[in-house]
Amino acid sequence: MVNTKVTLTGIEIDNPVIPASGTFGYGQEFSELYDINCLGTFSFKGTTAEPRFGNPTPRIAECSSGMINAVGLQNPGVEAVKSKELPEMKKFFHKPVMANVCGFSLEEYAHVCEELDGEEQVGWLEVNVSCPNVHGGGMSFGTSPAAVGEVIKAVKKVTTKPIIIKLSPNVTDIVSIAKACEAEGADGISMINTMLGMRIDLRTKKPIIANKMGGFSGPAIKPVALRMVYQVYEAVSIPIVGMGGIMDAEDVIEMMLAGATAIEVGTANLIDPFVCKKIVEDLPRVMEKYKINSLSEIIGGAH
Amino acid sequence: MQQQILKVKENIKLTENIYRMVLCGEISAIKNSGEFINIEIPGLFLRRPISVCDYDKDSVTIIYKVVGKGTEVLAKATEGDSFDVLVGLGNGYDTSVSGESALLLGGGVGVPPLYNLCKKLIADGKKVSVVLGFNTASEVFYAEEFKALGADVRVTTVDGSFGIKGFVTDAIDDIDYTYFYTCGPEPMLRAVYNKTTTSGQFSFESRMGCGFGACMGCSCKTNFGNKRICKDGPVFVKEEILW
Repeated sequence: MVNTKVTLTGIEIDNPVIPASGTFGYGQEFSELYDINCLGTFSFKGTTAEPRFGNPTPRIAECSSGMINAVGLQNPGVEAVKSKELPEMKKFFHKPVMANVCGFSLEEYAHVCEELDGEEQVGWLEVNVSCPNVHGGGMSFGTSPAAVGEVIKAVKKVTTKPIIIKLSPNVTDIVSIAKACEAEGADGISMINTMLGMRIDLRTKKPIIANKMGGFSGPAIKPVALRMVYQVYEAVSIPIVGMGGIMDAEDVIEMMLAGATAIEVGTANLIDPFVCKKIVEDLPRVMEKYKINSLSEIIGGAH
Repeated sequence: MQQQILKVKENIKLTENIYRMVLCGEISAIKNSGEFINIEIPGLFLRRPISVCDYDKDSVTIIYKVVGKGTEVLAKATEGDSFDVLVGLGNGYDTSVSGESALLLGGGVGVPPLYNLCKKLIADGKKVSVVLGFNTASEVFYAEEFKALGADVRVTTVDGSFGIKGFVTDAIDDIDYTYFYTCGPEPMLRAVYNKTTTSGQFSFESRMGCGFGACMGCSCKTNFGNKRICKDGPVFVKEEILW
């Protein structure tokens, strides 16, 4: 009997499989397809202070082995998440959930985190630092160690739950940013967010996506994600939630060997809504195949 | 929604670039006319959403236009090939509100989802008038099939090479109807919205990520808040549409 349990920032989860924010809504659509309590947890749709419609459409473009999206953080705002989505979620999901938070200012990050920190079902706050800082010339918080540090300080002041910082790969040195996260007191890191990409329509001769650029995701980016997780694992001792192109149980093990304590599955949910359930069910078989008794023992095994 | 492996029973050319495919298998998740299915295409990453033209207890018929890599792969499929398909997607048309005489307006590849709808309305004892719009005579398909269901059918072509010259909205002045249903390119839907005198239902097309409401790739604003074309639609009632 293999052991799929892992401990993420002090919270034990049944398995390391976590659907990624923005690909799983608030769980509702998937709970109609299967019992999502089979998951380790899931990260719900990125939440901002106010409701957001997001970007104009088209928001989606296909790529070889992946896709680009520019949804633009569409979400109903933190008040509606608290009053409507979380009470609804309680009915079908009975584990601690990961709350994904976005902000366009330090005040917004702090406000949304504080609001969600008070929710019983929230187990972790996953803070997306890829958003542009409206007070900082529009530069993404996640591109400078100092700016990420400011976000962590602001958030830590008003929260009690573990803070996981979700890092952007669109930086020159992700290791220095990960080190800043650890130094400023982040409890964990999740990585990688999408990579900036573009597709151009030959008929219109213009970018396919209305926002022109978008986040490139899917199996095409898996080698980049593995490399970055591997590098960051060597530099920090806080846990890493690894993501980027995970499609099956073999990919889960590969990401954990690179240094991930748990993993997130994003884009794969969109082409196979049952993929996370299939991965959870397939993990024991793949573990036996590779002679792995306990998943927690293979974290960082490639180093 | 269900994920099923469906087998190709038929895949034939209707016009220069329009094909009809019949897929067999477990399709009981399909409940309404106007739903769509989402087909995994070998070698391509995203599924391709295609509207349901007709269905029975163990087969679903789709009609698609070859426009890119995905539909090129579909067009090459032969009897016995199989596809991984998500079935039972979208809300579909509501036939319960049609009144006694329904007007169906279809344009180009917007014609197929009206076929099963027409069949249901006629089975319910409704009088059905159908207006199908195409660019030119060589692109016309399914006019005879709608007639065979017992509908009163008119065809319009933009260049006048077949039927009435003009758009579908040029051929409805003398038709009495209590409700309408439409599907077609957006400029046509706007013209239908402006011309029609009753309430009705519009089926929209969109570039989609998942097709089942998870990714927010196909969101739109409506008079009743933000909606997802794939999950809350693709059919919207006239009163909720915000152009």
